[in-house]
Amino acid sequence: MINTLLEENHMQENSILRAKYAAKNLDVYYADKQALFGINLDIMENQVTSLIGPSGCGKSTLLRCLNRMNDVIDICSVKGSIRLDGQDIYDDGIDVVELRARVGMVFQKPNPFPKSIYDNVAYGPKIHGMIDQKSDADEIVETSLKKAGLWQEVKDRLAAPGTGLSGGQQQRLCIARAIAVNPEVILMDEPCSALDPIATAIIEQLIDELKQKFTIVIVTHSMQQAARVSQKTAFFHLGSLVEFGDTDQIFTNPQNQQTQDYITGRYG
Amino acid sequence: MIDKMSRHTKKRYQAERRFKIYGLLAIMFALGFLGLMLSTIALRAIPAFTQTYIQLTVEFSAKILDVDNKRDVKQIARADFQKIIREALYAEFPAANKRQDKKHLKKLVSSEAGYHLSRDLLAAETTDLNFIGTSAAIWVKSSDDVDSFIKDFISREVDEINRRLNDQQIGWIDSLIADGKLETRFNWDFFKFADSRSPEDAGIRGAVMGSLFTLAITLMLSFPLGVFAAIYLEEYAKPGRITDFIGVNINNLAAIPSIVFGLLGLALFLNIFGMSRSSPLVGGLVLSLMTLPTVIITTRAALKSVPPSIREAALGIGASKMQTILHHVLPLAMPGALTGAIIGMARALGETAPLLMIGMVAFIADIPTNINDPATVLPVQIYIWADSPERAFESKMSAAILVLLFFLIVMNGLAVLLRRKYERRW
Repeated sequence: MINTLLEENHMQENSILRAKYAAKNLDVYYADKQALFGINLDIMENQVTSLIGPSGCGKSTLLRCLNRMNDVIDICSVKGSIRLDGQDIYDDGIDVVELRARVGMVFQKPNPFPKSIYDNVAYGPKIHGMIDQKSDADEIVETSLKKAGLWQEVKDRLAAPGTGLSGGQQQRLCIARAIAVNPEVILMDEPCSALDPIATAIIEQLIDELKQKFTIVIVTHSMQQAARVSQKTAFFHLGSLVEFGDTDQIFTNPQNQQTQDYITGRYG
Repeated sequence: MIDKMSRHTKKRYQAERRFKIYGLLAIMFALGFLGLMLSTIALRAIPAFTQTYIQLTVEFSAKILDVDNKRDVKQIARADFQKIIREALYAEFPAANKRQDKKHLKKLVSSEAGYHLSRDLLAAETTDLNFIGTSAAIWVKSSDDVDSFIKDFISREVDEINRRLNDQQIGWIDSLIADGKLETRFNWDFFKFADSRSPEDAGIRGAVMGSLFTLAITLMLSFPLGVFAAIYLEEYAKPGRITDFIGVNINNLAAIPSIVFGLLGLALFLNIFGMSRSSPLVGGLVLSLMTLPTVIITTRAALKSVPPSIREAALGIGASKMQTILHHVLPLAMPGALTGAIIGMARALGETAPLLMIGMVAFIADIPTNINDPATVLPVQIYIWADSPERAFESKMSAAILVLLFFLIVMNGLAVLLRRKYERRW
């Protein structure tokens, strides 16, 4: 009932905004255990969509389906479809390497490579053949670091190891690394959970700027964060999509009792 | 209540102090034994690094060297240079004219002295043969008995009948010392020569080269094979019964007594493939089989300890599996893999038993020049010398142990350096 309502809602919006991702009847299993149940979800282009819900609700699993990071888990199997720009990313013909170049990812714990700041950012473009000469790399590194708001802090020490930065800087370095390959979508898996409030504020501001160019999907445990940064919010519980809609609506006027309980802090 | 607690705290601190002292004692115990072992070996090895030489005025008589007067280098090379040295000795001590005396007298110099003299004089084909007919004062190596006497291994106090040198020979030595015609020099030959039946001529070079060739083969085979096997098992193989089975068997292989690998080498490389006996090639192959499990196990452990976040980071920006492994996982696992390889190599360097079966426990008097020459290795050389009756071999053995320890220290130092070079924090 709600889903049909929401779908209608989307149809109206689709006239303005295009759906980047469309998940249809998505089931995900870890061996025998089902982690996601029949998910139907559209993710709009140039918007921030946040996935919220209590631990173990499947939000991270969904995020990892979007760039097929679940492939590395042997026991994980996926049914249903996820379309990126109308093309099913679980088709046999899809090159997963190409997909991940189009869909960047930022992880919960900042995980820069144990290499220099420069190499961290230049690595992606290098392996995707985007660099013909040194000046290309220099340019990509500079623009990516600028977009990630890190340039001013590190421009004098690009050769220093990326692991020597502070936690917040490391996370912005990871964002710079992700946007260096010029993706269309950026997936963020609780990007601020290991950061202090100031670094979190910086990252949130960055997310807001990045949505001009990228479609962003963010998993978060902080409802305030979801309310601050996202335009759309999806609430998951026990592997099902309970409610999905505009962030304002979800947080001010949730249609579902479970959503209501969760956002008011009654559980989760 | 407070009183009870403070008494308890006091006890706790005492227990902590005791705990620390146990550790200190253990370390002191270990260090003490290590020091004792090293100092004994080093003290025993010192005599091997010097050698006694005797100065003789030799006459390069044409009668002995160039019987048919053709001045042909090849002919002269085969001449009896030892006789020239003997004649010089007789001339030095004219009083010794009886057959028995002469027999004792010639035992003062090394029986290989003539060979070395001819080699030194006729080193090149185009040698100047003008020395024939002249005479010159040269230094020749003394025999090992004289050398041992000078180094106080043979005592004057012992009854003549139980002594390797009789009173007459000691008298000659004393007169040589008085004339300044006897001196001890640093024994460079120990590092230049291969094994010999004469202790004064025995050197370590043959065994060192044999060990180097063997270890080179071992490293070149076991390191890449081990790393590739570990990468496959850790990164590509689907976890399951077969992978577990392979893993368990690799662990078993690591525990098999090394002589079994020697038997396998004998059956496989020598009997079936017909490779040459006693060669570093076969030795290296056998030791590779022995080292491989160690390399695989340590490399797997090193790969496993690379944090998954690094893999995710690489995969997340679209690196392929191979790129993830080669660019990120393997460099981080390298220190562990190298440590494993070097531990394996150090074990291979000290291994004797498997080489027994493929004929590398042998008296080899030539320095091997390639991987197919007959060769022996350092621990085998130590074993051979430990088994030799001549007194002088005892110090040679200790010196060989020192050389082996030196190589072990160099290898471990290399391991530390490589680790430091590749070690990265994450």
